[in-house]
Formats: sequence, C-alpha cells, structure tokens
Amino acid sequence: MADISIRNVAKSYGKDRLMTDVSLEISNKEFVVILGPSGCGKSTLLRMIAGLEAISAGQIAIAGQVVNDLEPRERGCAMVFQNYALYPHMTVAENIGYALKVAGLPKADRLARVAAVAASVGLTEFLDRKPGQLSGGQRQRVAMARAIIREPKVFLFDEPLSNLDAKLRVQMRHEIRRIHHRIGATSVFVTHDQHEGMTLADRLVVMNKGTIEQIGTPREVYENPASLYVAGFIGSPAMNFLPGRLDSAARGVVLGNDARIDLPPGIAQSRNGQLVQVGFRPERVAIGHGGEAGVTARFDFVEELGSGCLYHFLHEDIPLTVQSDTRHAFAPGQDVRIAIPPDALHLFDATTTRALPRTAPTLVAVPAI
Amino acid sequence: MIERTPILNILTHLILAVGAVLMLLPMWIAFVAASHDITAVNTAPVEMWPGPHLIANLREAWALSDFGQKFINTFIVAFAVVTGKITIACITAFSIVFFDYRGRMFIFWAIFITLMLPLEVRIVPTYAVAANALQPFQVIADSTGISWVINRLTGIELALNWNLLNSYTGLILPLIATATGTFLYRQFFLTIPDELVEAARMDGAGPLRFLRDILIPLSYTNMAALATIMFVYAWNQYLWPLLVITDRANYGLVVVELGNLVPDQFSTGGGTPTWHLAMAATLMVMIPPILIVILMQRWFVRGLINTDK
Repeated sequence: MADISIRNVAKSYGKDRLMTDVSLEISNKEFVVILGPSGCGKSTLLRMIAGLEAISAGQIAIAGQVVNDLEPRERGCAMVFQNYALYPHMTVAENIGYALKVAGLPKADRLARVAAVAASVGLTEFLDRKPGQLSGGQRQRVAMARAIIREPKVFLFDEPLSNLDAKLRVQMRHEIRRIHHRIGATSVFVTHDQHEGMTLADRLVVMNKGTIEQIGTPREVYENPASLYVAGFIGSPAMNFLPGRLDSAARGVVLGNDARIDLPPGIAQSRNGQLVQVGFRPERVAIGHGGEAGVTARFDFVEELGSGCLYHFLHEDIPLTVQSDTRHAFAPGQDVRIAIPPDALHLFDATTTRALPRTAPTLVAVPAI
Repeated sequence: MIERTPILNILTHLILAVGAVLMLLPMWIAFVAASHDITAVNTAPVEMWPGPHLIANLREAWALSDFGQKFINTFIVAFAVVTGKITIACITAFSIVFFDYRGRMFIFWAIFITLMLPLEVRIVPTYAVAANALQPFQVIADSTGISWVINRLTGIELALNWNLLNSYTGLILPLIATATGTFLYRQFFLTIPDELVEAARMDGAGPLRFLRDILIPLSYTNMAALATIMFVYAWNQYLWPLLVITDRANYGLVVVELGNLVPDQFSTGGGTPTWHLAMAATLMVMIPPILIVILMQRWFVRGLINTDK
C-alpha cells in the first residue's frame, strides 16, 4: 500500500504553462477527489501520477519512491478511464485478464483470478461477451475489474462516471465506495461533478487554472471555502455573491445603496473601506417579512424542486437565489426582503478573491437595524 | 436526396441496368469469342451467343502459353506482394502514428509523395537498381575512397553486384514499396482512441505487444481490404514483369503471357488472328482476382468504410 507525494509539480507544453507548482500529499488508503472544471489540469495531474504524461518540473513519489522516470507499468497504478477503454476485440474475461497475461501469469492462475474478480463486481455471467454487447454500467464494471485484478498500490479514476446516466452514476458511485472499503488502495478520483466529489472524497482537492485552490474534507470545503472560486464552484445551487464594502463606522459590511449587515467586532474595523465580495448560500438565507438584516430584491421566477422551491431574485441586476421549503406566491417584479443571518456570510477580498479570515469566534449575530 | 416515387424508382433501376450491361458486355463478348472456333470468331457480324468450342479453346490456350508454370509464378508474386505490402504498411503506419520522433511528419510526407510516383513513372531508375541492387553502395564506396582502401589492403577489387533481373525478388520487391497501404493503415490507426493506447500501457504492454495483441486484431478488416486491392494490383502487373523478366519460361507471369496471345502483325505473321485463344486465356487469367474479390467482398467493404468500432 502506498502514499503519494506530489511536490511542486508543474506541466507546460512548449511555452504554455498548464500547471504551476502543485503540491499534494495523499496518505495511504485515502480516497482523494480532485475536482475542477474542464481544462483546469486535474486530468493532467492524474495522468502524471499514472505516468502517461511527462512531468515538466517537480517530483511525484509513490510509496516513498520517486516515479518521475518510471514507465506506467512500473508504478503500480491501475487506472479507470472515462470511456472505459476496453479492448473491443477481446471478451470480458480477456479484457480483465490482459494485464496478467502480459505479466506472464500461467493461464490456469489467470482464469482463477479473473473468475474471482469478475464475481466480486457481478460480471460472472458476462465473461464470454465482447464489450460491444454490454451496457454502459457493465462496461464500467469491466474497466473496474481490469484495474482491481492487478492489485494495484494506487487506484486512479479519470472521470469514470461521466458517461453513465444519472441513476447508474449514483449506483456506481456507491459501488466504488464499497470497493474502496474492501481493497483499501490509495485512490485518486478526478471529476468535474461536485456531487461525486462531495460524496466520495475523504479529502477534496479543488483545482482551477492549473493550481490547487483548496484542499480539505468535503465539509471543510463547503463550510469554509478558501476562495471566491471554490465558494462558487462547490454547492448546488451555487452561492450568491454581492459586492460590498467593509465599513468600520457601520461595524459591518455595506451592500450597494441600502443594505448593511453587521459583522462581529474587529473585522470591519481592521479593514475599513476594503472592497469585498459577500457570499451566502441559497439554503442558508430565508425569505423575510421585512426589517431583518439582509437585502431587498426583485422577484424574478421560481423553480420547483419537489422538496421545496428555488426563488430567483434580482438585486441591482445581480441574480440571487433562495432555497426555501415554504411556498410563497410572488408577483413578477415584486420587492422581497431576503434575510441573511450574519453567520451565513462569507467574505472574500474583491481583488485577490481569497477568503478573509473570520476572526474567532466566527460571526456573531447582531440585531438588525 | 432520398426520394421515393415510382417513376424515379424505375428510372434509377433503368440507369443501373444500363450501367451493368455496359460493364458486363465486354466480358460476355470475351466469353462468346472464347467459345467459337477460329473461323466463326473472324466472321462478321460478331457472334453474340456462345458456340461449342469453349473447352477445346481453353485447353489449347493453356498448352500454347504453358500456363501451368506461369500461374504458379503469378500466385507466388501476388501473395508475396500482398504479404510484403501489408507487413510494411502496418509497421510503417505504426511508427508514424504511435511514436513521437523528429522527422516523423517528414517521413510520412515523403512516403505519401510516392503515391504520385507509381512504378511506371520511375521505371527506368528502378530497372537500373534491379540490374544491380548494390550499385548505389558501389558508387558511395568508389567516391569516398573505400574501394581504394580495400584494394590497397587486401588486393581485392570491390565490385558489388546483386542482379535482381530474372528472379522472384526482382519481380516482387519494387512492387511492394507503395504508399497506398501505409496511408490506409495510418488512417485506421488514427481512429484508435488514445485511451486504448494508455490502457494497454497501464496494463504493462510494450509497443510490440500492443501492436500484436491490440492493433493487428483490430485491423483485420483493413488487412482484408488492402489484401484484396493489392492482390488484384499485383496480379494485373504487366509493364514491370515485361521488363525485368527475359527468362519467360521460368519466371513468366500470366498477364504478360496474355499479351503474347493477343494477335498483332508479329504474332499472326499475316495469318488469321487467333482471337478465340486470346479470349479463352483471358477468361482463365481473370478467374483468380474475381474469386478473391468475391470471397473478400464482405470484409473488403467493411475495411474501407471502417465504421464498426
């Protein structure tokens, strides 16, 4: 079993710098999810761990051994690809057993192991079929089995679920969780789907434009996003943002013309006049009756969720979303008060986009004006 | 474009029928001519229905041309050309598509340009090379002084000579080198998804293993298509065998022999032209390529369209 150590890794194609100075320590048996939009370098990072992509600068070590110059087969990694990458002319059994065949394992041993692994992922009855005769979920299982059979030190997943339909995706997600528990191999899972990231990860790595924005448990990342980018990326529906200014006289943050929200003592005073982005999650705010701390916004439209509703508003042409279990009937264009509890607030520096430190003990609710 | 009205249907079928008749008419005439004796064949108007002498004419043509040895020769050449072309096309395309090295594109374009230089265009230099395949090395050795050094040291006069005239090698080698197959293979290899290559790498398969276990089995239909085209191409060769083979009895090919049967002012010597024999021989020579095309048809079409993945 193995830990992975990524030290100051960079990747460039010619003059284009795709990734700069990425460092990440993954401990043994950990399940790490790398989350980010397409083109953020997450797949490249994974492929560098696998050995499919050269490392321009820095080091990657698996189980203490620097693997920069090792061939993929020498690194002890197994990979599950987005498009499964099954060999179309081989049967399921041959696909699963190919790595063992290359390694020169005798046929009898090979077949026994193929049978055992196939049984563990429920593929026994499909062993003689070709990949073309299987459904997407079954193909995904074959791809997993092909990885499992090698008993790898490290499991790499490159968006393995993105070609499946929604229901199957959830099923396979659970399956991957179970397999991880059973095998306990260090796993790195790349995805752009935040649900997969949140649900699968022991630790979440959020990447953007070739750098790591934040590393933390899913809950940490959700509750204390380190940057504006992470705040906007994690959470569904996405976080609301309003531009504001810290004001020591008002002992809080001033939003636009009319609204201000109190902050605990110290924050506004120490950074008087600083421009900020104020973030708050749709599920942490409520439709108010008027008078609460918050902002007034014009009703735009409503989306039904079944369990509740998503109300969409416009505040000075900035869209705001409120998730609420209670039903309201607003007229289009009607002004509605959105109550924002101070402890729901996230503050981000408007220029650096990094989160402002919350002075202990986080934010304290202050009576509304 | 797909419109279905009865009139259009009739019209399209009519065009199809006319096309088919136009294509088949020469074959029919060859068949009819092969089944008449020399008087009937040379009497106007042209016979349109078969006569009774087919078997006799086939026998006579076969004996006259000594087809036994020549069919064997042609099969040897055609199979060797097909095998050689497929092998070379496959490994060349493998190198061009899956490896990254300097001059890769240059090599590809250099090969591609030879598509514009078929054997007929470069036949004189090719003949010169075939007459002594080591001639270029001799020139290099002479001009660099290597021959002189060897002569001084050992007293041996360096005279490299490898004559390919009147041999199977001479017939086969120049026909193997063409770009068509390489190009076809390259196009096929480009459709192989990168992930498949990477999966094989993760599974520990080296390049040759990947070629053997993955690429070659996947390219069977391609191979069949290429084999069909190239078999017909090699079978139909006329000009090169005509030049390179003077020992017709041992190395003659059937298509060249056919040329001898076709009557002209030299072969008939003023006598009656033996069209019935020429046509009978033509029928026999046509059979192998036709059989190959019919047998390979299914894979052939699939290999060229290349849709099933």
